[in-house]
Amino acid sequence: MSTATHSLPRTIGAHAVLLTYTVIALFPVIIVIMNSFKSRAGIFGAPLTPPTPKTFDLIGYTTVIGQGDFIHYFQNSLVVTVASLFFVLLFGAMAAFALSEYRFRGNSMMGLYLALGIMIPIRLGTVAILQLMVASGLVNTLTALILVYTAQGLPLAVFILSEFMKQVSDDLKNAGRIDGLSEYTIFFRLVLPLVRPSMATVAVFTMIPIWNDLWFPLILAPSEETKTVTLGAQLFLGQFVTNWNAILAALSLAIMPVLILYVIFSRQLIRGITSGAVK
Amino acid sequence: MGSLNIENVKKAFGPVEVLKGINLEVTDGEFVVFVGPSGCGKSTLLRVIAGLEDSTSGRVVIDGADVSATPPAKRGIAMVFQTYALYPHLTVKNNMGLGLKQAGTPAAEIDRRIGIASSMLSLEPYLARRPAELSGGQRQRVAIGRAVVREPKLFLFDEPLSNLDAALRVNTRLEIAQLHRRLRATMIYVTHDQVEAMTLADKIVVLNAGKIEQIGGPMELYNAPANEFVAGFIGSPKMNFVDGARLGETAKTIGVRPEHLTVDAKSGAWKGTVVHAEHLGADTNLYLDCEKAGLITVRIFGVYNAEPGATLYATPDPAKTYRFGADGKVLK
Repeated sequence: MSTATHSLPRTIGAHAVLLTYTVIALFPVIIVIMNSFKSRAGIFGAPLTPPTPKTFDLIGYTTVIGQGDFIHYFQNSLVVTVASLFFVLLFGAMAAFALSEYRFRGNSMMGLYLALGIMIPIRLGTVAILQLMVASGLVNTLTALILVYTAQGLPLAVFILSEFMKQVSDDLKNAGRIDGLSEYTIFFRLVLPLVRPSMATVAVFTMIPIWNDLWFPLILAPSEETKTVTLGAQLFLGQFVTNWNAILAALSLAIMPVLILYVIFSRQLIRGITSGAVK
Repeated sequence: MGSLNIENVKKAFGPVEVLKGINLEVTDGEFVVFVGPSGCGKSTLLRVIAGLEDSTSGRVVIDGADVSATPPAKRGIAMVFQTYALYPHLTVKNNMGLGLKQAGTPAAEIDRRIGIASSMLSLEPYLARRPAELSGGQRQRVAIGRAVVREPKLFLFDEPLSNLDAALRVNTRLEIAQLHRRLRATMIYVTHDQVEAMTLADKIVVLNAGKIEQIGGPMELYNAPANEFVAGFIGSPKMNFVDGARLGETAKTIGVRPEHLTVDAKSGAWKGTVVHAEHLGADTNLYLDCEKAGLITVRIFGVYNAEPGATLYATPDPAKTYRFGADGKVLK
């Protein structure tokens, strides 16, 4: 660190602002996790205090594990998220490669068309999507969710990845062509490893809305067999009685997988976000 | 076994015509350099030969076979790129062997060829390393080695020295020259640096704005440029061009190289004042502002002491003065 740009008051100021933001961002999450370990009386009596020996209670977790098929819901969420993520990254990267690498008529129009989805929320098409799923017999299947989420994630993926793919050296791809590599080998072996940081960025931005989504599971796959975690947690939200222990426990558990995936991607993520900026 | 014919090749990107009908013949074993200012189409022409770009019209014939519709890997060529373009995930050995592996060459043969190429380029200690662990000069040698193991009919070099520093550039230039002498292979080399062109080439192709201005040996281009562009492009410092009318000549422009001018403190053809002097040790470049000829450069061999502001007389060597017509062509 050079002293010219880093004075002590400025460092303190910057840290104060960042710490404040961190506290604000983490506050709800901490409240949820804290209260998930408390008895019902503890939650309502003193919602902001951490669990004490008196209020500590695992009733929420035992309810969640015991009642309802939560392991199964988790499995559904995981299958949907991972499968959608896989398809978004695969098709997004392939489309981005085509848009950035090949000159063809309507290239820029095609790029614009593919990016249009960023501006139009997919939920506007819910009715049509539901009709389509009913007609094709996909209601109450995980396939329906995977298809919808893949469509939802693609525009941003194509948009971000095509920008990064343009930066991959032409010479490298041409060297591959002269050595007789197929376009697929060039794509998978030469280009994809070089855009890995941006792939991680796209993965995180795609993954979180899918994992947290309530809308499409509720409409397209509400059956017991296909419930996702967010939809499963609704089980404890009644019109008259709400089992807060169970809801908080379910939500705390739901944070875990997405957190693990985030940790996996985050090392790459930082590079993905900054690589365009500093170079 | 490595001849190349380019017949009326044209290339357009949309409405922009980059190559305007190129005809060229390269015989087996020749070292041909394409030289020209940036944007003249020399790299595009090389990419058309390699098959990385399709020509809009015209034919590319390698060894008597029309390869206009053949993919790059099947043309029997190897290419060295300006940015090295090594595969970052492969070791030096695998970088060199990949093309042969793709072509289905037996492993023993691949090893043999890598052995020869790496000893030729002194790359043996680095065979197990990845490109990221090599210096720029080593990387470019690996890239050259990758071309050598393919034993191509045609070597294509796309500004291979541009990313190297000055000292390495001279070394690598020497290595490429030796490589050519040793392999006796046909090589096509693209550069914007006329020093590289002069030192390496058997035959130089000067390109400008998508057209060939002149083809010839280095000394031929230096001694007998066909037009004003070639005369100005070949030779450093650049040839002096003086408006013919100011000198009372019939030609539109008079050209004389800085080294073909002599200076004298007392008398001469063009009287001028010294604007600036560059002392390079082996020679001295003087910039003179002349009454008749305008600003000219004079190159004097050895040390010559001249202060800015001093008056000097420059005299061109009449035998080495070029006269250009209104169309830029040399007047005989």
